Amino acid sequence: MQRFILGKKNQITLISGILLVIAFISKFLFKNTEIFVGGLVIASIIGVIPIAIQAYQALRVKVVSIDVLVTIAVIGAFLLRNFEESAIVTFLFLFGAYLEQRTLNKTRSAIKELTEMAPESALKQMENGEFEEVEVDEVDVGDILLVKTGSKVPVDGTVLTGEGHINEASITGESVPVGKRKDAKVYAGTILENGTIQIVADRVGEDTTFGKIIELVEEAQDSKSEAERFIDRFSKYYTPAVLILSFIVWLISKNVELAITILVLGCPGALVIGVPVSNVAGIGNGARYGVLLKGSEVIQDFSRVDTIVFDKTGTLTVGNPKVADKKMYTNGDDIDKVLSYLASIEGESDHPLAKAIVEHLGKTETYTVENTNVVKGGGIVAIVDGHRVAVGNVSLMEQENVHIDEEMRADIARFESKGNSLVLTSVDGELKALMGIRDQIRPGVKEDLQKLKRLGVKNLVVLSGDNQGTVDLVASELGLTEAHGHMLPEEKSAYIEKLQAKGRIVAFVGDGVNDSPSIALAQIGIAMGGGTDVAIETSDVVLMNSDFSRLPHALGLVKVISRNMIQNIIIAVGVVFFLLASVFFSEWMNMSIGMLVHEGSILVVILNGMRLLRYKLKY
Amino acid sequence: MQKATIQLETLACPSCMQKIENGVKALDGIDTESLKVLFNSSKVKVNFDEEKLSINDIENAITKLGYEVKKSQVKAI
Repeated sequence: MQRFILGKKNQITLISGILLVIAFISKFLFKNTEIFVGGLVIASIIGVIPIAIQAYQALRVKVVSIDVLVTIAVIGAFLLRNFEESAIVTFLFLFGAYLEQRTLNKTRSAIKELTEMAPESALKQMENGEFEEVEVDEVDVGDILLVKTGSKVPVDGTVLTGEGHINEASITGESVPVGKRKDAKVYAGTILENGTIQIVADRVGEDTTFGKIIELVEEAQDSKSEAERFIDRFSKYYTPAVLILSFIVWLISKNVELAITILVLGCPGALVIGVPVSNVAGIGNGARYGVLLKGSEVIQDFSRVDTIVFDKTGTLTVGNPKVADKKMYTNGDDIDKVLSYLASIEGESDHPLAKAIVEHLGKTETYTVENTNVVKGGGIVAIVDGHRVAVGNVSLMEQENVHIDEEMRADIARFESKGNSLVLTSVDGELKALMGIRDQIRPGVKEDLQKLKRLGVKNLVVLSGDNQGTVDLVASELGLTEAHGHMLPEEKSAYIEKLQAKGRIVAFVGDGVNDSPSIALAQIGIAMGGGTDVAIETSDVVLMNSDFSRLPHALGLVKVISRNMIQNIIIAVGVVFFLLASVFFSEWMNMSIGMLVHEGSILVVILNGMRLLRYKLKY
Repeated sequence: MQKATIQLETLACPSCMQKIENGVKALDGIDTESLKVLFNSSKVKVNFDEEKLSINDIENAITKLGYEVKKSQVKAI
């Protein structure tokens, strides 16, 4: 019965609203007081029933909830034969609750979109070898599953047979499909865009990468900062206190009307809901833009950051060396020939510099490489197409008696000063090509760092294991404030401690794998993770798909969220003080206006929080 | 000990949290330290002693408070 009535709350709200309208029409248009009073009485009675049930349920578990205050007030007004007040207050309270529910769902929509991407069913191979559709909960590690075109990969697994392209946007944020074939890893929640594959389940349910992301976001949106826990404790005593206050007022003034008005005005509505609303909408916005924020404490700390420390390789730079400078000491057809020789030799090596060169040269003619001799710390010497070809550094050229003239020496010095590693190529003792290879700065990083500065970050520091020259170069190119090279991971964390001892609020941005001590130590650990588990677990903020450009958005967002929370607290506290003050010091305040202002303020804080869903960094 | 994750209908009022918290806490066999009522995701997470009560007892207690239980999951810990 109770549940039936609570289930019909929306209908009850509608009916009591209609009754109110009928009552007022009959009063003002037809001057009919009987229908007026009758309508109000019925509206009051049916309206108060669901509220009273909720109040009763709350009292049974020893909670003095808002429902309790409102029920007493409405019954009080009813007994005083003030049917207008009792009917309007119940209607406003019910209607307000309805609007709250609707708007709250909006603030939660971003996170809901994320959780709804979770796979629900899977095609599992049964004992008879046939595939049958089962709920994803029924899949165990080791099961063999079939994934068809257009469907979601149900669990984390390894491809057994078949091939296809998978859109991994839900994990990495990158929507360009990735090709997968036998032995490739696939992730739950990603979508097979073409092809058919069979996979074996490695991790299921909450243990999958996607499951962990969802759990993290869900926990984050409900995590509480110190301030929120204070508000919670406060509101636990606040509602009973309002009850006692109104009782005292009644004892002193013997004015029942005033006492029950205080019950309504003292409702803590907006206060309790204001901060969680900002939190959920803000974290939801982050999730949409590939920024995972681990809760409200992180938001507070991050919004006050004044120093950001970066790891270099893989964070500021791509982490993937490329040919940046090139000079040929030959001309005509000979150029192609030299480059083909070079590509043929480097194609057999898996040295990072060799890979960079092969990638740079692309498709060339290939020659058989004979008598390959790897010179340690120098390079490679081999016979290609009947010529003696040497590929390596300057000292290898000296060993090979290659003549290097003034112009070449100047080029070498210039290339080195740019932070390049050098690869020289000689054919039959003559220098033909010089290449400078370096790890390139991520595109757009410079602008992103400028944005961070504009958002109020004073110190941008780079710490790296590379030599000081390279680090200085990156720092001056990007406009960083400090640069330190030759640093081991433990030296990096020691340096962060030093900054913190100076009173700085430090965020550390790293790739989340080898920098975990620094990520853990900094007030805010930010991982540039392509959705790796380590990154998700050790850090406070995860930038999906290792996308550096999401960092300024993240910082801008946390600043707006924390401002939004403060606004909501001010609105909520302000409204309660305003109402309580006006009931004592003004003539016009009554229960209905009080309820209207209250429900209004709740909607205002929710709408204010909702603005965060649309937040975008402007500059 | 077992860990229960209970998905409820959408919670809208913060006093719901207090009600559910007190209601579940009052049951015998609940690890009160572990009890978490998540407002935004409308979930209850709690560890309980399966010898003293079952997941159904917890679900009933919540339903009696007027909140619909949509789905629940139990995992041994």
